[in-house]
Amino acid sequence: MSVIQDPVKVGGYGGQQEPGGTNYINHSKGIMSWLLTLDHKRIGLMYMIAVLGAFLLGGSLAVVLRTMLFMRAAPDVAPMTPAAQDLYNQVFTLHGAVLVFMFIIPAVPAILGNIVLPLMLGAKDVAFPRLNLLSWYCYMVGGAFFLFVLLNGRLDTGWTFYTPYSTSSTTSVTAATLGAFVLGFSSILTGLNFIATIHMLRPAGMGWFRMPLFLWALYATSIIQVLATPVLAITLLLLAAERVLGVGIFDPAMGGDPVLFQHFFWFYSHPAVYIMILPAMGIISELMATFCRRQIFGYSFIAFSSIAIALLGFLVWGHHMFTSGQSAMTNAVFSLITFSVAIPSAIKVFNWLATMYKGSISLATPMLYALAFIWLFTIGGLTGVFLGALSLDIMAHDTYFVVAHFHYVMVGSMLTAFIGGMYYWWPKMFGKMYSEPVAKVAWFLIFVGFNLTFFIQFIAGSQGMPRRYADFLPEFAWYHQFSTVGSYVLAIGLFLVLYNWVHSLFAGRKAPQNPWGGNTLEWHTSSPPPHENFTEDPHVTDPYQMHAWDYDESIDGYVYDKAKAIELDQQSHH
Amino acid sequence: MTSENEHTGDTGHGDNHHPHLAHHFETPAQQFESGKLGMWVFLATEILMFGGLFCAYAIYRGNHQDVFLYGYGALDKMWGATNTVVLLASSLTMAWAVRAAQKGQQKLLIGMLIATFMGGVGFMVIKGVEYKAKWDHHLFPGTMNAFYYEGGQPKHPEALPHAIEYIDGRNLGGEAHGGGGHAPAGHEPAEDSPQHEAVPGDDAHAAEHTSAEPASAGVRAEQNATAHLASASPVIVQAVYGAPADVSTIKPPASPADMGVNDAVIDQAGEVSMPSAAHTQILWNDLSSDQQKKVHLFFGIYFLMTGLHGLHVLIGMVLIAWLILKAKKGTFGKDYFAPVDIGGLYWHLVDLIWIFLFPLLYLIH
Amino acid sequence: MLAILAQAEKTLFLPPARSTMAGAHDGLYNFVLWMSVFWLVLIAGLLVYFVIKYRRKSPHDKPVGPTHSTAIELGWTLPPLILVMIIFVWGFRGFMNMNQAPNGAYQVLVSASKWNWAFTYGGGENDGTLHVPVNTPISLVLTSTDVIHSFYVPEFRVKKDVVPGRYNKTWFQATEVGEYNLFCAEYCGQQHSQMITKVVVESQEDFDAYLEVRGRWWKTEKPVDVGKTVYKDRGCAQCHSLDGTAGTGPTWKNIFGDERKFVDGSTRIADENYIRDSILNPGNEVLEGYDNVMPTFQGQIKDPEITGVIELLKSISTKYDGKILGEMPADPGDEADGGSGDGTQAQE
Repeated sequence: MSVIQDPVKVGGYGGQQEPGGTNYINHSKGIMSWLLTLDHKRIGLMYMIAVLGAFLLGGSLAVVLRTMLFMRAAPDVAPMTPAAQDLYNQVFTLHGAVLVFMFIIPAVPAILGNIVLPLMLGAKDVAFPRLNLLSWYCYMVGGAFFLFVLLNGRLDTGWTFYTPYSTSSTTSVTAATLGAFVLGFSSILTGLNFIATIHMLRPAGMGWFRMPLFLWALYATSIIQVLATPVLAITLLLLAAERVLGVGIFDPAMGGDPVLFQHFFWFYSHPAVYIMILPAMGIISELMATFCRRQIFGYSFIAFSSIAIALLGFLVWGHHMFTSGQSAMTNAVFSLITFSVAIPSAIKVFNWLATMYKGSISLATPMLYALAFIWLFTIGGLTGVFLGALSLDIMAHDTYFVVAHFHYVMVGSMLTAFIGGMYYWWPKMFGKMYSEPVAKVAWFLIFVGFNLTFFIQFIAGSQGMPRRYADFLPEFAWYHQFSTVGSYVLAIGLFLVLYNWVHSLFAGRKAPQNPWGGNTLEWHTSSPPPHENFTEDPHVTDPYQMHAWDYDESIDGYVYDKAKAIELDQQSHH
Repeated sequence: MTSENEHTGDTGHGDNHHPHLAHHFETPAQQFESGKLGMWVFLATEILMFGGLFCAYAIYRGNHQDVFLYGYGALDKMWGATNTVVLLASSLTMAWAVRAAQKGQQKLLIGMLIATFMGGVGFMVIKGVEYKAKWDHHLFPGTMNAFYYEGGQPKHPEALPHAIEYIDGRNLGGEAHGGGGHAPAGHEPAEDSPQHEAVPGDDAHAAEHTSAEPASAGVRAEQNATAHLASASPVIVQAVYGAPADVSTIKPPASPADMGVNDAVIDQAGEVSMPSAAHTQILWNDLSSDQQKKVHLFFGIYFLMTGLHGLHVLIGMVLIAWLILKAKKGTFGKDYFAPVDIGGLYWHLVDLIWIFLFPLLYLIH
Repeated sequence: MLAILAQAEKTLFLPPARSTMAGAHDGLYNFVLWMSVFWLVLIAGLLVYFVIKYRRKSPHDKPVGPTHSTAIELGWTLPPLILVMIIFVWGFRGFMNMNQAPNGAYQVLVSASKWNWAFTYGGGENDGTLHVPVNTPISLVLTSTDVIHSFYVPEFRVKKDVVPGRYNKTWFQATEVGEYNLFCAEYCGQQHSQMITKVVVESQEDFDAYLEVRGRWWKTEKPVDVGKTVYKDRGCAQCHSLDGTAGTGPTWKNIFGDERKFVDGSTRIADENYIRDSILNPGNEVLEGYDNVMPTFQGQIKDPEITGVIELLKSISTKYDGKILGEMPADPGDEADGGSGDGTQAQE
C-alpha cells in the first residue's frame, strides 16, 4: 500500500497538516525543547520513555527472581547461603517497589492520560502545563532515588515497608521511602491537573454525560490520587523520622504500634490498587465501543461504577490485616465493604459483554487485549472474592494465592489494558502503524505466558506456599518450575511488543487520521496532532456515535461526514 | 463549576487579548476558576496529609494518656496562644490584601502582603524561641531526647534529671520548690528558666488547683499542704493564690519573675481557664516505669506536627514574598489578581491547621 | 458433605484437612471455587460466542444494538450481590469460630524471633517444635521479640500474625496424628524462608510423655550432645556454622578462648560467661563485621542448655585444651524428680 500524502485524504478535519507541515513532535527541535516543554503530548512521551524504562528494570528483576526460584527447584541443590537469600529478598523488594511506584501507578494516567485527555476534551492542553512538567521531574527525581537504591544494591523490606522490620533493616530504606515520597508528588500533581482540566476545559456541548468513559475513569483515578497519596506521604515521612530520629511511633518497644503503620500504608495502598485498575477499565470501555463499532451499553452505569469503586476503595484497607489481630468487628466491617466493591466491578464486565452483543466485532490487536483483559480481570476479581471472605483469607493471606490474585488484577488486567491502549493510540501519538501480525503473535505469547505463570500460583498458594520465600520445601518445586517457564514466555511476548513499537517508528506505514473509526475527539485531529492539538474546533457529539465515520479503502481509515453527524446527533435527542 | 457557560460563551470576553491569559484558556474567568479549583484540590491533599498526623496523635494520645499529660508540661501555652493570635492576624491581613488586589489598591496590597509576611516571620521567631527552650532542656525528638530509653536504661542519664525537674516544675506550678521527692537530682531552679525573661506572665488562681488535686496522690500530699506553700517565697504565694485570671485578660506581671515561677504562672493561667481539667497535673513519679520510657514519644509527635506545620509556614512565606515582588512591579489589578487570591487560600490553610494544632498540643488536658 | 471434606486427603487445590476448622473452610472454599468456575465459564463463553457470532463482516458495518436498560442492569446486579452476601456471612461465621478458642483449651505460648520459633508449655517446658495432643483444642498465645512474624499451618487452615509488643491469640484442634509444617508467613528478613518448623500431633499419652521428658531432657544426654540438640532445635544452625563457614552470624568453630572484637572497638576473651551473655543479651556486645540481628533467648532457654552450648563450643575450638564436661552439673533450679531413668524416649 502506498503512503498517502494527500492531506485531504487522511480522513477528516480539525487538525490538517500541510504536506511536510509540522506536528507536535517536529514542531520545535533540540533537547531543551523537550526538557522544558509545556506540551502535554510531549510530557506524555517523556513519561512514556521513563515509565517503560522502569518497566524494563522491574520486569527484568521479575525474570531474575523467577530464575532463582527455578534453580532452587533443581534436585540436589546446596543449602541456600545467606548471601543468596539476601539477594533474593532484595530482588523481590525492588521488583515490587519499582513496578508499583514507577510503573503501574503512573503508566496509564501519566502516559496515555497525559497524551489523550486534553485531546478527548478538544482542549489545547491540561489546565496547569507547568505543574504537568513538574510532575515529570518529580517522577525522575523519585526514580533517581530508586536508582540509587539499586546501585547501592540493598533494599530488603518488601515494597510494603512493614515496620518494625523496615525500621530495623540496615538497608537503604530511608532513600527508598523518600523516593516513593517524591513519586507520590508526581502522582498528586497529575491527579490535580486532571481534575481541574476535566472540570474547566470541557468544550461547549460536552456535558459530564457526554464525556468519553476513559475520562470518567481518569477522573475517578485522580480523586484517589489526590486524596490517598498524601496519606502515603505522611506515612513515609513518619517512617523516615522513625529511622533517622528514632521517634518510636511504630516501635512497640517504645510504646509505638507497628500495626498502625499497616493501617496508614494500606489506607493509601489499597486505593492505589484502584489507581492502577480504574484507568485500565477506562481504556477497555473505549476499546469495546470502537472495536464493536457501536454505542457502549450502559454508559451511565459504567461511569458511576468508576466513581463507586473509587469511593468504596477508600473503605476497604483493613482487609489487608485480617490476620494482624485487629478486632473481629473491624474484620467483619472491612470484609463486608470489600464484597461491595465486587458489585460495580461486575457491572462493568457485564456492560462490556452487552456492548459486544449485536456489535461488529473487529479482532484488531487492541481488541484482543480488551478480550484478554476481561478474562484476566474476571479471574482476578473472582479470586478476590475468596480473599474477601474472612475464613478463606486467613488461610490464603501471605501465600502465593494472594500473589497470583494481585498479579492477575494489577499486572494481567492493568498491563493488557495498557498495552491495548498503547496500540490503540499509537497511530495517533506517532502517526505510524505497527505490524499487525507481529502484534498478534506477541499478544498470544503474553496471554498464554501470563496464565501459565500465575494460574499455577493460585494452586501453590492454596496448598500453603507462603510468599516472599527465597527457598521452599520440595513439594512446591514443580509449581515454581512451571511458573518460571511461563514467565519466560511472557517475557518474550513483552519484548516482541517493544520490538514492534520501535520498529513501527522507523518502518511503520503512515497512519490515517482515524484508523479505527472511533468518535472521541482525539480522532478529530490529524495523526500525529499539531502542536495546538486542533486547527479548528472539533465537532462535539455523542462520543460513541461512530456511524458518521465512513470507511475509506484508499487510506485504510475512516473519514468524517459532519452533516451526517449532526443528523445522527439530532436523532438521538428525539 | 460553570465551565459550560463560559465555554459556550462566545468570544465577547476573550477578544481583547488578556496579557496574563495562557494560550489554552479561552477566558480569564476560566483561567481564574481553574487556578482556584486546583488550589482547593491541593488544599485537600494537605488536609489529608496532616490528617494522617492527627490520626497518629489521636491514637497515641488514647494509648498513652498519662504520658501525654506529662509531656504537655513542657509546652508553653502563652507562646502558643501568642502565635495563634499572630497567625490569625496575618490571615486577616492576607484577606485584606486579596480585597485590595481586587479593588486595585496597589499600596494597600503591598502593605498588607508585607504585614502578612511579617506575621509569618513573627510566628517562626516565636516557634524558634519555643524550640530553643526544648533544646536547652534536651527535649529533642527521637533518640536525642532526654527521656529516650534504650534497652531499659536512659540513653542520656546526664540530661534526664534536668528534663524531669524542668517538666515537673512546670507541671507543679510554683511548687517546684518543694518537690524534693519528685526531682531526682538536686536542682538549681535558675537552670531551667532560659526563656523566663521573654515570657509575659499573669496572676493565677491556684486555689482551684490545689483543691482539685486528687487526694489519693499521697506522694504529693506534702507539697500540697498550704503550710508548706506559705513558707515559699512571696512571689510563689502570689502566683499560686493570686486572683482568678482568664487567658483573655492576661497582663504583664507586676514584678520580674525569678526561679521558674513565671512558667508555672502561665500554666496555671491556662488551666484556670479550663477548671474541669485542673486536676490533671502529672509528675514524673506518677508515671509507671513503663510510661516513663515513653515520654519521648510525646516530643516526637510534637516536633513532627509543629515541624511540618512550620515548614508549611516557610513555604507560604516564600509564596508571599514572590507575591510582594510581583505586586511591586504592578502585576496585579482589578483584572488580574488570581495569584494573590490563590496564595491567600494557601495561607489560610496553614492558619487553619495551626488552629487545630494549638488546642491539641497545648490546651487539651 | 462437610464431614467428608474434613477427612479429605490432599486435593488439587487444598492440602489435607487436619483440623476441626478445616471442614468449614474447605466447604466455603469449594463453594466459591465452583461459583467462580460458573461465572468464568459464563463470561468467557459469552465472550467467545459473541466474537464468533458478531464478528465484523465488513469495515463498512454500522451495527445498532441496545444501549441501555435499567431493568437489565439491576437484574444482573442482583445475583452477584446475593452471592457475595452469602459468602460474607459464611466467611464471617468461619472466622468467628477461628477467633474464639473453646473454654478449657490447652494453652501454649508461642514466641517468634528471627528466625526461629519457641513454644512454651504449661509446666515451663519449652522446645523449638510444637507438640500437641490430638483431638484437643489448643489455644495459642503468640508474641514476637523482634519483627512481625506469622504463625501458619496449612493443614489446619490457621494463620495469625505474631506481632511484637502485643499478644495475639488463635487456636486449633488437630484431628489426626502426624507431623505438619509450620511456616512463618509474614516476611521477616534474610532467613524468612527458613523459618519453618514442625507441628507434631500425637496421642495424649505420647504428649504427656513428651512433656515429661521435655522438662528434664538435658539430664539424659551428655552436655556436648545437649549443645548439639540446642544448636539444631533452637535455630542456631540458620546463622552459625560449626565448620568455619561464614553465615549471618559468626561460625562457632574456634570461638571458645578466642579474643572477640566488638563494633565499639572493645574486646573480650570468649569464656563461659561471654557465651552466656551473648545468648541472653546478644545486643550488648555486637561482633565487629556483623549486624545486631540475633534475638535474645532470655526466658526461653534453660541454664543446662546454655551449659550444653558452652561444652559444644569447647569441643570444636582449638583454642581450648581443657576438659569437656562428661555430664551435666547439678541444676539447682530443677526440682527433684523421682522417676528419672527413662531416657529411652528421647524425642528425635
